[in-house]
Amino acid sequence: MSVDLPALPTLQSKDFASDQEVRWCPRCGDYSILAQMKKVLPTLGIPKEKFCFVSGIGCSSRFPYYVNTYGLHSIHGRAPAVATGVKLANPELQVWVITGDGDALSIGGNHFLHAIRRNIDMKIILFNNQIYGLTKGQYSPTSPVGKKSKSTPYGSIDHPLTPLSVAIGAEATFVARSVDVDIKHLTMVLERAAHHKGTAFVEVYQDCNVFNPGAFSYATDKETRSDSIVYLEHGKPLIFGKNREKGIRVAEGNRVESVQLGGDIKEDDLLFHDEKTPEPSLAFLLSRMRHPEFPEPMGIFRAVERSTYDESVTKQVEAARSKLGEGDVEKLLNSGDTWFVN
Amino acid sequence: MSTATLDAPASTNGKKLENLETVVIRFCGDSGDGMQQAGGQMTNASAMFGNDVRTFPDFPAEIRAPAGSLFGVSGYQLCFSNHDIFTPGDAVDTLVAMNPAALKTNIEDLKRGGTLIVNEEEFNKSGLQKALYEANPLDNETLMAKFRVHKVPMTRLNRDAVDGLGLSQKNADLCRNFFALGLVYWLYDRDPKPTEDNIRTKFAKRPEVVEANLRSLRAGMNYGFSTESFTVHYHVPPARLPAGKYRKITGNEAVAMGLAVMAKLSGKTVVFSGYPITPASDILHDLSAFKHFGVKTFQAEDEIAAMSSCVGAAFAGQLAVTASSGPGICLKGEAMGLGMMTELPMVIIDVQRGGPSTGLPTKTEQSDLLLAMYGRNGESPLPIIAASGPGDCFSMIQEAFRIATEFMCPVIFLSDGYIANGAEPWKIPNVADLPRLKIEHITAPNGENGEYLPYKRNEKLARPWAKPGTKGLEHRIGGLEKKDVTGNIDYSPKNHQHMTNTRAQKVANIANFIPEQTVDGPASGKLLVISWGGTYGAVRTAVQQAQAAGKSVAHTHLKYMNPLPRNLGTILKSYEKVLVPELNCGQLRLLLRNQYLVDAQGYNKIEGKPFLVNELVNVINEFHG
Repeated sequence: MSVDLPALPTLQSKDFASDQEVRWCPRCGDYSILAQMKKVLPTLGIPKEKFCFVSGIGCSSRFPYYVNTYGLHSIHGRAPAVATGVKLANPELQVWVITGDGDALSIGGNHFLHAIRRNIDMKIILFNNQIYGLTKGQYSPTSPVGKKSKSTPYGSIDHPLTPLSVAIGAEATFVARSVDVDIKHLTMVLERAAHHKGTAFVEVYQDCNVFNPGAFSYATDKETRSDSIVYLEHGKPLIFGKNREKGIRVAEGNRVESVQLGGDIKEDDLLFHDEKTPEPSLAFLLSRMRHPEFPEPMGIFRAVERSTYDESVTKQVEAARSKLGEGDVEKLLNSGDTWFVN
Repeated sequence: MSTATLDAPASTNGKKLENLETVVIRFCGDSGDGMQQAGGQMTNASAMFGNDVRTFPDFPAEIRAPAGSLFGVSGYQLCFSNHDIFTPGDAVDTLVAMNPAALKTNIEDLKRGGTLIVNEEEFNKSGLQKALYEANPLDNETLMAKFRVHKVPMTRLNRDAVDGLGLSQKNADLCRNFFALGLVYWLYDRDPKPTEDNIRTKFAKRPEVVEANLRSLRAGMNYGFSTESFTVHYHVPPARLPAGKYRKITGNEAVAMGLAVMAKLSGKTVVFSGYPITPASDILHDLSAFKHFGVKTFQAEDEIAAMSSCVGAAFAGQLAVTASSGPGICLKGEAMGLGMMTELPMVIIDVQRGGPSTGLPTKTEQSDLLLAMYGRNGESPLPIIAASGPGDCFSMIQEAFRIATEFMCPVIFLSDGYIANGAEPWKIPNVADLPRLKIEHITAPNGENGEYLPYKRNEKLARPWAKPGTKGLEHRIGGLEKKDVTGNIDYSPKNHQHMTNTRAQKVANIANFIPEQTVDGPASGKLLVISWGGTYGAVRTAVQQAQAAGKSVAHTHLKYMNPLPRNLGTILKSYEKVLVPELNCGQLRLLLRNQYLVDAQGYNKIEGKPFLVNELVNVINEFHG
């Protein structure tokens, strides 16, 4: 005897498309990130009503409007704090924060740090385009020194932040980097972030083709890409170059160096990536590798386990309940010294 | 006050015991002298005896200012009475001054003929110098002749009392506050048992400290009993308060308790986000111990994060609340606007303190009313509620949530330093009589085509509250102007006008769902006195005194500041003159003049201190003519 079982609902990318017209500039890097996100979400085995996207202010922060889940487009820089409230109040939600370099690192620097150190179970995706796009082209906290922008006609004199270094310094448990146009890699990184328990921080190099076009062309152009980036793979050596002829080796003095493979230098002499090492020094060292001196690492820098803030909050509530019993209103009101008036 | 009455009880040790109606005592000393502790204990003992009690703790912002300095003086005033009272009293009957600085900063408030108890050993060269005294005031005969002075060598007597317990001299001296307290207990015929029980519980793990404090307390009582310095002591019979079971409560305790009770009775989680700030921090402290009631507390990285996480928690479908004081409320402004724009329910508690800027962190003021009304960008009216006293905070914080959830908007709850730290006896309510917050989350799409319309409003103009996680109600909202009904972004001119009007109308409509304003005194007449917030007790007492003196004066006290009660305009027009006493430069007066075109006059005080009844009586008489 056969029974007709209703087909299990399988979510697809299009289920996550909202009815809103996407209003980013043509060829903005955000489109690709949105597309990869919509690819990843249906694969996670989570019903779409259990997702919540929170953003701040900036071009990237329009993201929640374009994803058909719960979404909150909040105020400039505060998305991690808003998302903390969401997760505390409703721990069953998977919470994503979408932010930019100005939003997360300038006006919202404080919330960014504290969300990460608490290890609240949320994914923070930082679209780094090294420019203020929505306000039409001022330099940002990740713009390089010398950057000419509307507010720096003579070139920026601000030393930039490295988002990954900041995150690692803030005790991050998951740190990764990808590029908007590297579709497969970006999908993989977003998937890994989604599966991480705790704050997962992902920096995505994103091209603002209006106000800062080509800022990351070294990492995206066919000719330069293989020499300018190195893919991180857990347990594998850091090899790059068009013919995989170059590698990264640990040198004396707590630093790394770029070396040519062949001759005396074998793959075994290279730095082997370990994303799980509890000590954050390696991840930090990797985060300091900047173009053009070094190829910039792409992938998972760090993925370690630590109890999450939201879980600990729930545990404390449970512990209080098992120790003190369910809160008793009568008892509470009558606590302390009481007396009768007849 | 302290009026002697007849039928005094029998004397003890040959000393007279006189009956009094009302007594005002102030303990003052260094901020490390335990004056708040002594005052708190005396409050408990008096309340448990059955007196009506009001307190006014007054302490410096410096935690441990240099010993003996004028700015390091900490005081605790309490008033207890055999009838119902509403203020901690004006002039002080008995002043306990632990050092010269305390004497210097407080002696002006001691009434002529009042009792002055000093620790005379502190009136040495160094103590006098620190208090900037050129000569010992205790030797100033003209000054001392005004009071009944008791110079007590407290330090030595207290050290003798705890001798043999192995305490260091420093630790022995820490018990001096209990010696002083014991002396006052004898003077006012207080039963030491509640205090002794408290000492035993509080220091249960340190038996030598229990013993030392008990000995100090007893030594102080015995000193009064034995020495010839004291020839008379006093008894204040219990007050005739409404029958029932009572406890002492401060405003901050009442807020925390109100929130915990609300969480439990509504079956919802209260998510409290806060950042430490005086005088609001105790709300965070108390609530963090109430986790088993369904309370989650979050100490955020800053005020902005505290407010932002509130918006997040409200969006996620729980009862979100934050507490701060003026400087913190300024920082929260933008996120409060987000709460207003997204039309989510939450409560923002402002325990007002002296401003502007850092201002007077530990002193009281009512100067954030206009900040609450207008302190956000754009047209962003929010409902505002103000508690009238410590106990009132318990029900009004729940009322704030009723309004927030019924009308889907943030509500501002105003308290102040005076209410927050002041204590009063509080009749414990019956659990069965407590209000139950009714929360209805929408569970299915409300659109004709099976879609969810997050800004489709009900008859109160409130939008539905969808809890994330609910299937079919996925939606996106934010701080951008949105189209009514759908909630989609919409910048069109007519829509913005419509949405601005709608948000304002929604708040204005709340006037139809709050009680009408009532008046104490004649329904019309010469003078109406309007108060709000923590000045209730002083204004009420002053108006009652003026009424007793035959003046045509009425009092009305506002608890709903925005919108104002719907009949207030009629009330204002029923009197020839309107007087608005406020601890600010005339903020409510401005609102009343603006809204009702009434020639309201102000009496305004910005000293970081509450009103005295006496000064208000004088002002009322002056206005009344």
